[in-house]
Amino acid sequence: MSAKQDRRDKLASRAVQIGFLVALIGLWYFGTAYWGISRILLPNPVNVWHELKDVLSSGEYLPDLKVTLMEVAIAFTISCTTGVTLGYVISRSQFLIKVFEPLLAGFYSVPIILFLPLYVLFFGLGPGSKIALGTTISFFPIVLNTIAGFGYVDKIFITAARSMGASDVQMFRYVLLPAAFPVILTGLRIGFTVTLLSILGSETIASLAGLGHKIVHLAEAMETARMFAYIAFAVVIAASLNSFVSSLERRAKHR
Amino acid sequence: MTTGDAAIRVRDVSHQFGEPGDAQFVQALQHTSLDIVRGELLCLIGPSGCGKSTLLNMIGGLLTPTTGTVEVHGKPVRAPLPRDIAFVFQENALFPWCTIIENVKLGMVFQGVPKAEQEPRARRALEAVGLKDFMGHYPAQLSGGMRQRAALARALSLETGTLLMDEPFGALDEQTRMILGEDLSVLLSRSEKTIVFVTHSLGEAVFLADRVAVFSARPGRIKEIITVDEPHPRKPAFVTTEKFSKLRNTLYGLLHDEIRKAVEQAATVVPSS
Repeated sequence: MSAKQDRRDKLASRAVQIGFLVALIGLWYFGTAYWGISRILLPNPVNVWHELKDVLSSGEYLPDLKVTLMEVAIAFTISCTTGVTLGYVISRSQFLIKVFEPLLAGFYSVPIILFLPLYVLFFGLGPGSKIALGTTISFFPIVLNTIAGFGYVDKIFITAARSMGASDVQMFRYVLLPAAFPVILTGLRIGFTVTLLSILGSETIASLAGLGHKIVHLAEAMETARMFAYIAFAVVIAASLNSFVSSLERRAKHR
Repeated sequence: MTTGDAAIRVRDVSHQFGEPGDAQFVQALQHTSLDIVRGELLCLIGPSGCGKSTLLNMIGGLLTPTTGTVEVHGKPVRAPLPRDIAFVFQENALFPWCTIIENVKLGMVFQGVPKAEQEPRARRALEAVGLKDFMGHYPAQLSGGMRQRAALARALSLETGTLLMDEPFGALDEQTRMILGEDLSVLLSRSEKTIVFVTHSLGEAVFLADRVAVFSARPGRIKEIITVDEPHPRKPAFVTTEKFSKLRNTLYGLLHDEIRKAVEQAATVVPSS
């Protein structure tokens, strides 16, 4: 396919995507403004827009945003360091891989959100339980990808480097790390996405502060328009953080 | 030939994978002795699984013999000797995350070449194999033949006295192989390196080698050594001479029974495992 046709295809699919979103918002507007859908269940998009402007200009969102971001940052830092370190240690021995890979993969498939009540019991309603949950959930994809990255480096690369006299440090720096890096990076991206997801989610279940907490609070007060504004705000924050992490991953892989 | 000019001396070497009685037990090589003369190109040829690659890896210090010794320039080989021996592997031994010139330079980093020398030596080696215009490419952007040229350049840049090549053209098509073989003969005739070259191809063995060691089927041992008395660099027309076909036919005669045996071995091993 020619580059020109490629670009035209891309443009066309973008146009359809945008058209779809516009139609959805149009449907939302007409449904609430003219077709009698309850304003309490579904607020008018114009109202939501006003509320959003108010939220943003008043800076009311700041304390909750700070709490959520702090929780995400701490949880992700802990799971990154422990996940990558442990993954590397396990990957150094075929025996350890054989023991721990299936075990960790098994834990990964457990719905860890079920441990939230337990974590609330352990760490209280504050950020502690959110951090614990975000850490646990993101630890598994990170550790598993690190094992996969370091543990399955093609033997020929290691043999070739050894035949040319690579020291252990050189082997790590020039062979193991670059070979494993893209796979580990994928693990980190997945880890980040699930950290954000689980922390926002757990804030809506049991919490004292944070964006998720705020959204539930507004829902309970029947302030649906403002709640929608907060949802939109949280979606934008999450989407931009995720796409930032994805772009980091893409950039690093295309070095 | 006196033992004095042997660059590589292989004495009574055996190698087995696993212990006798194991299901996986394989006697790859049995009591093999061989002297490789300084500056010669020796081809190892034999049926699959006869231990020719095993022998190459033992010479290079990548494998330890179960019995016997290997000496390179009088030094016993117990681990890779990056200053004396360079390898060219079958395929994909280039690091895909490095460009071609970075690959060549990385070999020198491992070998411990001073930084200032790396760039000019890498350029020289890549020019010698005809990859001057592809230094900034990644391996994935090159054809299989070009990748093997790059791997050869990496080995040449290490400036070792010995070069071990393990079926370096094995994954290439016949025509690319032929051209690479011709270029290799020209390149190596200038270098005075001692070369051990593992191959499956009779024609390649006769075209490149000063001597061809023919292996028997497993348990492998050297059945016979054939001398190819033809000066380097070999002309492409050498392939069409009577001498060439005669030598090739001799090799074919020596190998044919062994290949049959190896195939039968494989056929009897598969159902029981």
